[in-house]
Amino acid sequence: MQKFIGLPASSGIAIGPAWIYQPVTVTIERRAVADAAAEWTRLQTALSMARTQLQALETRARENIGASEADIFAAHQMFLEDEELLGTLKTAVLDQRQNAEAAAYDSFEHYASALESLEEEYFKARAADVRDVSRRVLQCLTGKVDEAALEQPSVIFADDLTPSDTVAFDKDKILGLVTVRGGPTSHTAILARGLGVPAIVSAPVRLGDFLPGTMVILDGATGELTLGPTLAELNRARQRQAEWQTVRAAQLAAATQAATTPDGHTVEVVANIGNVEDARQAVENGAEGVGLFRTEFLYLDRETMPSEADQTAIYREVFKVMGRRIMVVRTLDIGGDKAVPYLGLQQEPNPFLGWRAIRMIRERPDVLESQFRALLAAGGETAVNLHIMLPMVSSLAEILRARELLDAARASLQAEGKPVPAVHFGIMVEVPSAAVLADLLAPHVDFFSIGTNDLTQYTLAVDRTNERVAALASPYHPSVLRLIKMTIDAADKHGKWVGMCGELAGDEIAVPLLLGLGLDEFSMAPSSVPAVKAAIRRWPLTECRAIAEHALNLPQAIDVIEYLKGLSTR
Amino acid sequence: MPSLILTIQHSSGLHARPAAQFVKMAASFPCSLTVRNITSNKLAANAKSVLSVLTQGVNKGHEIELVAEGERAEEALAAIKELIESNFGE
Repeated sequence: MQKFIGLPASSGIAIGPAWIYQPVTVTIERRAVADAAAEWTRLQTALSMARTQLQALETRARENIGASEADIFAAHQMFLEDEELLGTLKTAVLDQRQNAEAAAYDSFEHYASALESLEEEYFKARAADVRDVSRRVLQCLTGKVDEAALEQPSVIFADDLTPSDTVAFDKDKILGLVTVRGGPTSHTAILARGLGVPAIVSAPVRLGDFLPGTMVILDGATGELTLGPTLAELNRARQRQAEWQTVRAAQLAAATQAATTPDGHTVEVVANIGNVEDARQAVENGAEGVGLFRTEFLYLDRETMPSEADQTAIYREVFKVMGRRIMVVRTLDIGGDKAVPYLGLQQEPNPFLGWRAIRMIRERPDVLESQFRALLAAGGETAVNLHIMLPMVSSLAEILRARELLDAARASLQAEGKPVPAVHFGIMVEVPSAAVLADLLAPHVDFFSIGTNDLTQYTLAVDRTNERVAALASPYHPSVLRLIKMTIDAADKHGKWVGMCGELAGDEIAVPLLLGLGLDEFSMAPSSVPAVKAAIRRWPLTECRAIAEHALNLPQAIDVIEYLKGLSTR
Repeated sequence: MPSLILTIQHSSGLHARPAAQFVKMAASFPCSLTVRNITSNKLAANAKSVLSVLTQGVNKGHEIELVAEGERAEEALAAIKELIESNFGE
């Protein structure tokens, strides 16, 4: 029995067998084969297996993620059916009597190198795709097949998890997530909260030190991980889990009721979404609308800009799910950390401080123009209460210029005789300068939405994806709390409302603090909505104000967290 | 042997979606078809192989030469010409 403590990333208790995700690196064996015909059959079987995997991945991606992700897997399938490639493979095995592994590796590598030698970024990137398919075929040949292994519900352990890693997992079999790296706002945390499963990150475990299948207890609220628990511990954990599930069920049953404090103050509780599936989950969990609709997925993994028609169709689909509820859409927030060739993004030494998001407005106003038009068009055809907000605003100039483009988009649609909805215009407050200037910016917007993840990162100069320093990036840091207060107070003076869409808004212990600071709207992962609403219904506003004032005078993040944790156990 | 020279106008050249459509169209005909990127001075490649077409590195504005040999050769060239000139249906 071993105990570890990592960083809590998503609350809940998971009990189950460990499953270790380690993408396999394959070394190529080279030999001459005696029975070439048998070897060719072996290779064809592997190709067929790879094709089946890719078909399943494509279907899963199309259902859970999006068309562009699914198209990548469709393209991989096309490579496997390529007649030149198949001809080369056949010759290598039947004529040259190479073993299947060497034939596969060499044939794919021939094309990968040819693509790499081309100048355009797009073709070089395709080399990576070809090698990915090659790796898949080699894994099928050597019998190490990653995806098929997650056969029973398990707690997944990994060094780290990226979105492309997790797309392959069967979501129904994930009991919890544990990563060695990552911070509280890493992809693992966000994915876990999205799935409603417990997770721990920055876990000091060594993946090679225990066997897959080892029983594990994971407490996502405390960050505690137990490997190979005793019977007594298992029983205690099962009890805690049952209690937790009872509480969750009660919260869910009450989820559609308003979030009103005992002394009659009501706030809006809405969801952060990235696609139609999230939107449905949001409604099921009692969200009163959407406080952050991330639109980046429309632009990623494509070779060309999504057309206005493409965009309008997707926005329309999401808007329809939300009926007449509030819908806050964030315009494109992408930078040099992603590969998006058609936007003219380049590799930058500091992509998070570089040419990204709203800054693209000077050189590429066309991108924002087309997004505004598509959003207005979709809004005109549906009933949502449409709000549009800009990411990463650091100065007034960006707001004024964007407002010009929005007005122009609206005018152009009207000139075409298309229905245009009333729309509210706001900004994310995530760059510290926007918080500091909130009173100057407030007259120019209808609302603010505080993005605490990035606000914390920029204020404390901490890269939240760097596990060495991730623990320093706490939104409870007094500096961040002061900027939040500054923003809300300034908005209040100008009669504008303030929402929050960073992970802090979904953290139960933060509820009295945020209520006390005067936050009007809480936006979070859909699965967090019931718990936060339940918490709001327990805290009288008058008490919350006193709590906020006390918290603001505490010197360190840890003091604030201890104080709030102490309150939440009352 | 019937042949054709065309300029690719699509903004992303013969990349992913256009390349896939190009190859699917070529593969639907029985004749043999080759494509050569004249602008980059490449050697002719099998137009029914998506990997071969991608490695031609055809960008917007590049000229390609298509050569067809065999059954329904003229028809194949006409169909591909139509596909390219319609900007791959976009």
